[in-house]
Amino acid sequence: MRGGAGGAVSTVARRLEVGRIGEVVPRGDGVPKTTGQFAYASDLWAAGMLWGQTVRSPHAHARIVEIDIAEAVAMPGVHAVLTHDDVPGQKLYGLEFADQPVLAIDRVRYFGEPVALVAAEHPEQARRAAELVRVEYEPLELVVDPARATEQEPLHPDRPTMGHGYRDDPRPNVVRHLVIRHGDPDAPADVSVDGAYEVGIQDQSFLGPESGLAIPDGEGGVDIHVATQWLHVDRDQVAPCLGLPPDQVRIHLAGVGGAFGGREDLSMQIHGAMLALHTGRPVKLVYGREESFVGHVHRHPARIWAEHRATREGRLVSVRMRILLDGGAYASSSTAVTSNAASFGCGPYDVPNALIESTCVYTNNPPCGAMRGFGAVQTCFATEAQMDKLAAALAIDPVELRLLNALAPGDTLPTGQVVRGSLPVAEVIRRAAALEPPPPEELPRDPIRLPGGAGNTTRGQGVKRGSGFAVGFKNICYSEGFDDFCAARVVLSGTAAEIHCAAAEVGQGVTGVMLQVARTELGIDDVTLAPPGTARVDSAGSASASRLTYMAAGAVQLACRAALEERDRTGAAEVDVERVYHHPRTWPLDPDNGQTTGERSHVALAVAAMRVVAEVDVELGLTRVVWIGTAQDVGKAINPQAVEGQIEGGTAQGLGLALMEEIQTRDGLITNASFTDYLIPTALDMPPVVSELVEDPEPDAPYGVKGVGEPPTVVSTAAIVSALRDATGRELARVPVRPDDVVGLTS
Amino acid sequence: MTVNGEEREADVWPGESLLFALRERLGLPGSKNACEQGECGSCSILLDGTLVCACLVLAAQADGHSVVTVEGLAAGEELHPVQAAFVEAGAVQCGFCTPGLVVATADLLARVPSPSEDEVREALSGNLCRCTGYAKIFEAVRLAAGQGA
Repeated sequence: MRGGAGGAVSTVARRLEVGRIGEVVPRGDGVPKTTGQFAYASDLWAAGMLWGQTVRSPHAHARIVEIDIAEAVAMPGVHAVLTHDDVPGQKLYGLEFADQPVLAIDRVRYFGEPVALVAAEHPEQARRAAELVRVEYEPLELVVDPARATEQEPLHPDRPTMGHGYRDDPRPNVVRHLVIRHGDPDAPADVSVDGAYEVGIQDQSFLGPESGLAIPDGEGGVDIHVATQWLHVDRDQVAPCLGLPPDQVRIHLAGVGGAFGGREDLSMQIHGAMLALHTGRPVKLVYGREESFVGHVHRHPARIWAEHRATREGRLVSVRMRILLDGGAYASSSTAVTSNAASFGCGPYDVPNALIESTCVYTNNPPCGAMRGFGAVQTCFATEAQMDKLAAALAIDPVELRLLNALAPGDTLPTGQVVRGSLPVAEVIRRAAALEPPPPEELPRDPIRLPGGAGNTTRGQGVKRGSGFAVGFKNICYSEGFDDFCAARVVLSGTAAEIHCAAAEVGQGVTGVMLQVARTELGIDDVTLAPPGTARVDSAGSASASRLTYMAAGAVQLACRAALEERDRTGAAEVDVERVYHHPRTWPLDPDNGQTTGERSHVALAVAAMRVVAEVDVELGLTRVVWIGTAQDVGKAINPQAVEGQIEGGTAQGLGLALMEEIQTRDGLITNASFTDYLIPTALDMPPVVSELVEDPEPDAPYGVKGVGEPPTVVSTAAIVSALRDATGRELARVPVRPDDVVGLTS
Repeated sequence: MTVNGEEREADVWPGESLLFALRERLGLPGSKNACEQGECGSCSILLDGTLVCACLVLAAQADGHSVVTVEGLAAGEELHPVQAAFVEAGAVQCGFCTPGLVVATADLLARVPSPSEDEVREALSGNLCRCTGYAKIFEAVRLAAGQGA
């Protein structure tokens, strides 16, 4: 095969220039990625390879009456057409609950749900055969309004979400209902502000669409080379559905073209393996962009109501919040998103009294799950709008109000957890607020620098400038008692070492982190990384939750120290040790009141503050973000250039949600599944981003690190809309902000 | 057609794009397919010296013409200055957009050796990147321009 494990081209860094913790180190995969030699999942090829295609539902909710594959099977070049009958093992899978069919059985619950599979010699033959799979559907009543979902027929009548230790809500279609009750939420105060906010469905839009290559091993097992975020949890979902023991399913990381949460759930893994095992030939599946939009979960759309009460001096007294998340057709990681939205709903402020209700429901809308920021994005948008509103009501400077209420170590979160580690909220706020924006630009000017760019047909007469500020925080690592760990193996021989770790390099730079850690610990330069796979090392956990730098650094550090110790003890020429790193234990939230049942429910917290200058053409409804200055709590920057890259990229995704990104649906059907109709920020949309790294080491973490990927995405949507409000004087309670909202046609 | 200076032949189905032919017939997967409709620029190549999206050109249309892909930029082991600048500036994360951006930047600097900030933004606005927020890409362009790429 070309690319992947065992091929001529590796997808991981072989050698890096010397680089230890804290140094700027160029990426080891930078050269192959700039020359086109890096093998992404979609670049893989094997002799005798077939192309797979997925037949998908054109309905958001329908009963399957009949599936007729006869015509498709008879097409030239077609080697297999498979349906749910052909799933060899368990028919259902899922990240948290097995509620999703490998292939639809008796009904489809969302637009684009996989129904059948085709393998053929040419991808065009596979596509045409897929069109000839005749599926007779009988449309069913749609559940598409999340506010009504709990009164409609259950989409999962067997209630797969019950009995897992969460509050078992008797209403239909509830994925999770969490109530956090802290202090006396009815406590009176001098001033109260409230508002209703809405967040649209955002898509990860990683540039490398879902793809992978499944190769039968000739002994009943299969090797799956795939772009994913967590190799071992893929294996643990794939193997039971194939009816195989885990060691007969080997998952190998192929080059990943971005992830952002959208590759936590399975895409082609089981499908490709089924086709490969059925035909006895390697099978490759590559989604197109349109298919990618239905091929992964999205960010939960949210409706949030909030009320903030404060004293006349500006001290927060209580926060009440109701959060409704639309989880779509299957649970994915919705339970954790529900809890994150609630846990971080109050923002990084000292709130003595709170009542937060967070509910996620099943609907026939696109399934939602993990996306960068994971629940905290949605509530940060609402709570920061509330803080601005409160500042206005009290006539206090918005930055001063935030400083006055800034959470600090020793304070208690609404979940009852006392902040024990690092959380420099006030410092981060001060550092961001001190960044100096550029002076206003003169008019007239090159249209490219007007709101709307070259699309602006005026001379800028309606342009107003505004300034905004926001603070956001979220958890680092998995929470609520999840037994999380990361394994690493070190083979140390003389002055050379090889590191094995299944950590998924998705673009974030974890391979560089591991090499820097190994070089620092071992004191040698000749360190290489073995290709990540499930066969030769235990799980690394997911490239998610801003956890992987923390966890992989911990595991590699532990394994390196153990290797040195063993060599000293035994005097052996070569030592080979594997170690498993655990972060400090966390405890579940009490299902009755949302309070932590132990010392903590979150491992660590990270905070970011952002100052934004934006211009708005208040007549045309067009916007331009002029400048962004941000300060972020990063613990310890292992590679400052990579950290800045995460901050700039994460900010861009938040800008997208603020201004342009939303999956449009009509009766559950996605109507904008392309980059023509779903817009992501371009080089013309992004302003300069000045970032300050605040290094306040996390006491429990290796080297004091914190994950850095999510905080910028959490805070930037809120900060940008704050600036738009300042420019327009409008409430702008919904993102993405549309031109109609800016000019006041919708309020 | 001539691809990266070599005469190449491919037996293509009439509906195949130049991108498919390059990737699947000629063993040149450096050009990426991320949108298949000319929106993302990940398949940017030079066709007779003009920057185009290979997904929007039929393979048959390239018959008799000259194509340069990202694989054709480096001189043997020595990186093209734009490639070196992308690595040094930290302009690469997942890298899926990188081949297209490298080709588009090389094309820009060949036409405009010292572009202004706005010229860079406009020239690269047809190349989507989801990871970097573009800041380090602009830095790479400045770096490469300073080195006379």
